This record gives sequence, structure tokens and C-alpha cells, in this order.
Amino acid sequence: MQRLRLGLLDIKCQFIDILDRPGGQCAELYPEKPIYDIPGFPVVTGQELTENLMTQIAPFAPEFHFNRMVNSIDKQADGSFRLVTDADEVFLAKVVVIAAGGGSFQPKRPPVADIEQFENSSVFYSVRKMDDFRGQDVVIVGGGDSALDWTLNLQPIVRSLTLVHRRAVFKAAPASVSKMQELVGEGKINFLTGQIAKLDGENGQLNHVHLTTDAGDLSVPATRLLPFFGLTMKLGPVADWGLELNDNLIVVDTEKFETSVPGIFAIGDINTYPGKLKLILSGFHEAALMAQRAKKIISPDERVIFQYTTSSTKLQKKLGVA
Amino acid sequence: MKIHVTDQAGAEHELEGLDGWRVMEVIRDWGLNIKAECGGAAACATCHVYVDQQWLDKLADPSDDEEDLLYSTLDKKPNSRLSCQILLSDTLDGLKVTLAPSAAQS
Repeated sequence: MQRLRLGLLDIKCQFIDILDRPGGQCAELYPEKPIYDIPGFPVVTGQELTENLMTQIAPFAPEFHFNRMVNSIDKQADGSFRLVTDADEVFLAKVVVIAAGGGSFQPKRPPVADIEQFENSSVFYSVRKMDDFRGQDVVIVGGGDSALDWTLNLQPIVRSLTLVHRRAVFKAAPASVSKMQELVGEGKINFLTGQIAKLDGENGQLNHVHLTTDAGDLSVPATRLLPFFGLTMKLGPVADWGLELNDNLIVVDTEKFETSVPGIFAIGDINTYPGKLKLILSGFHEAALMAQRAKKIISPDERVIFQYTTSSTKLQKKLGVA
Repeated sequence: MKIHVTDQAGAEHELEGLDGWRVMEVIRDWGLNIKAECGGAAACATCHVYVDQQWLDKLADPSDDEEDLLYSTLDKKPNSRLSCQILLSDTLDGLKVTLAPSAAQS
């Protein structure tokens, strides 16, 4: 929504998100759940709302940078900001808007002893380079889309692949489940209902995964483990940006939704102020007021005339409807 | 209607609840240390509680989705439940739960 509000004021913006797609909590936590309190929508799911918002901002040609996290924000001598991501990309901006919800989505670590010692060498929570899995004995754990998608994508290049899930019911696209079952039928992958009990290996190199399964305890060769246990939100680097925080939330005013650092704004669930309600509705309101102040910082000499999309041909041209 | 909640520091709290509220909502409303990041959508497991043994049988069985989410926590026990999936009613007046470490906000 901030893209629409900023776009109507001719402000260009770049989106940086740790997720691999737009939508934040709506798309990640409750894509299928009905939401009943969005004005004008008696009922809409998280995914539908995301798609509608994407349609609404399409005229402004938003530029997204997914799978990235902003590590640092530094104020420059001219008052602008220099942001550096975990991919070492640098962004320069006159204004920064933090709309990070509950923080950065990060993978949940499975409840298995000593898993940390294998992380980033044998245990991965995402696939950055498929080639790292070529010729490996791969165990994938989970029953959602990530687990199923990577089972199908990696199967042609691995030495062996075992998919493990607590039960034989999946929360993934039916077509992916069917394809996976075909591969099991053809003997190209193994599927086991069970849980990881223990990891075996040394010097960070995994060699076997011990499983508790319906058929008893098993040991499966594994040089790569991909656990997909969903994501959890952590405040992450935001805590180090020098912003005033209260209970891990960013303190803002209610006129501009600006943080303790002028030029850095915070909207949505990540901010706090007296009377704050964590509603999607609140985020929309906060975005509108933030955009007004952001415009004054970006174009201090420009006179901003308040206009409505219903009557302003100028705004309608920006939206591509006039 | 009351529920008794032991927080992660071991302090006991008697909280007033209302019929039809979710236990998570009561705990959050009283300001105890519960993350509840998905707001009750049974999508995150950050409202994880341990239910006192004497009350376990009075709860409806967990759904498969709830079981999946509980399994993803680091501190699951046999009496683990997601408090967003426990709806208060007269039969649960006096319910005793303990907040799991994984439900803490920080």
C-alpha cells in the first residue's frame, strides 16, 4: 500500500524483502485464511488481498528485490541513507520506510540435537545453488510447498532423495503431491512418514540421518539435509539501526509515522505508538500519512496539492485510467 | 471465568477470560509474554503452552495442522497445545496452562 501512496506523489521506491515473493505475513502466514475486516471486502484471503494490492500498484511499476535482508542503514552527510543488504548490494535513498511486520522471516530450526554444527555445510534451509546438491544423498523434511517443490526440482540431479514428513498428508499444490507420488512409485525417491531423531556426521559433514518412522527406527544416508519447518519472525538487524525501540517495536509519532531518526519511517506491525492496533487497516492509514511527510523530505520545494483519485485527472493519469 | 497461567519466569497469574475467547487472546490481552505472531491463524506455533494434566482430557483433540506446528517447536512435550486453538467455555473455567519458552516475545 505504501507503493500506491508514494506513487501518487511521484515518489519512486525500491522494495527489499527477505521473502521470495510479495505479501509479507498475509502471503506467508495465512494465505488461505479469510480476513473479514478489510474495508470494502466482506471476506478476502491473505493471498487474494496481496494479489489485489499488486494489481493496484502495477501502474507504478514497482521494483522488488526479494530474498534479501537489509543489514545496515547509515545516514550520509547530505542527509540521505546508504543501505547495505546481506547480498552486499548498496541502495541510496532519501527516505527509508520500514514495513517489516514482526521482523525478518527466518527459517525455523528443527528440534534436533546438534543441528547447528551441520548448518551451511550439510544442513540448509533454502536452496541457493542447485549444483550444491548434485550427486548428493539428500533428505528433505516437511509437507508444504517448499518441501515438495525442492523434492521435484532436485530429484533429477541427486544421488538419492528421501522425503520425510510426519504424516502422508501434504499442504502443498495437489499437482506437486501427485508428481512426488509418481516418483515414489517409480522408485526414484523414497518417502517415509516419520521424524528426524538424530544426525550423524563429523566436522560439519553429515553422513546419516536417523529417523523414527512408522516402520521403526531407520538410518538413511544423507550428505545434505533440507528441513522445511516454516518460518518465524525475528526482529533481526533492525535492532542495530539506532532507532528508538519499545519491546522490540519501533517507536513512531502518529502524525508522520517517523522514527527517532528523521527520514526513517516505520509502518504496520513493526511500529508502536499510543493506541496502536495491529490491523492491516492501520497499516494503510499509516502509509498515507507517511507518504505526505516523505514527499516533503524528497521534494522540499514542491508544493503538494491534496487530491482525490475520484476527481483528479492528474492522479488518474498516473494510475493509467484517464 | 478464570484461567491460571504460569509464565516463563514461573510466576502464576489468574486471568479473567470470556466464553468464546481463545486462550491465546486472553493471555495476550493481559500482557503476558506471548508472541502469537500469526494472531490465531494456527500458522506459527508462537502461542505454545503446556496444559496441566488434569485439564488435557477436557480439550478437543488437536488437528493435524496443530500437531505439525507443535512438532516444529523446540520444546514440545506430550501436553503441548497451541493456545490459539483452545476456545474458552464453561467446562474450561479454571484451566491451568504454562507458557512454553518458545512462546516468549524475546
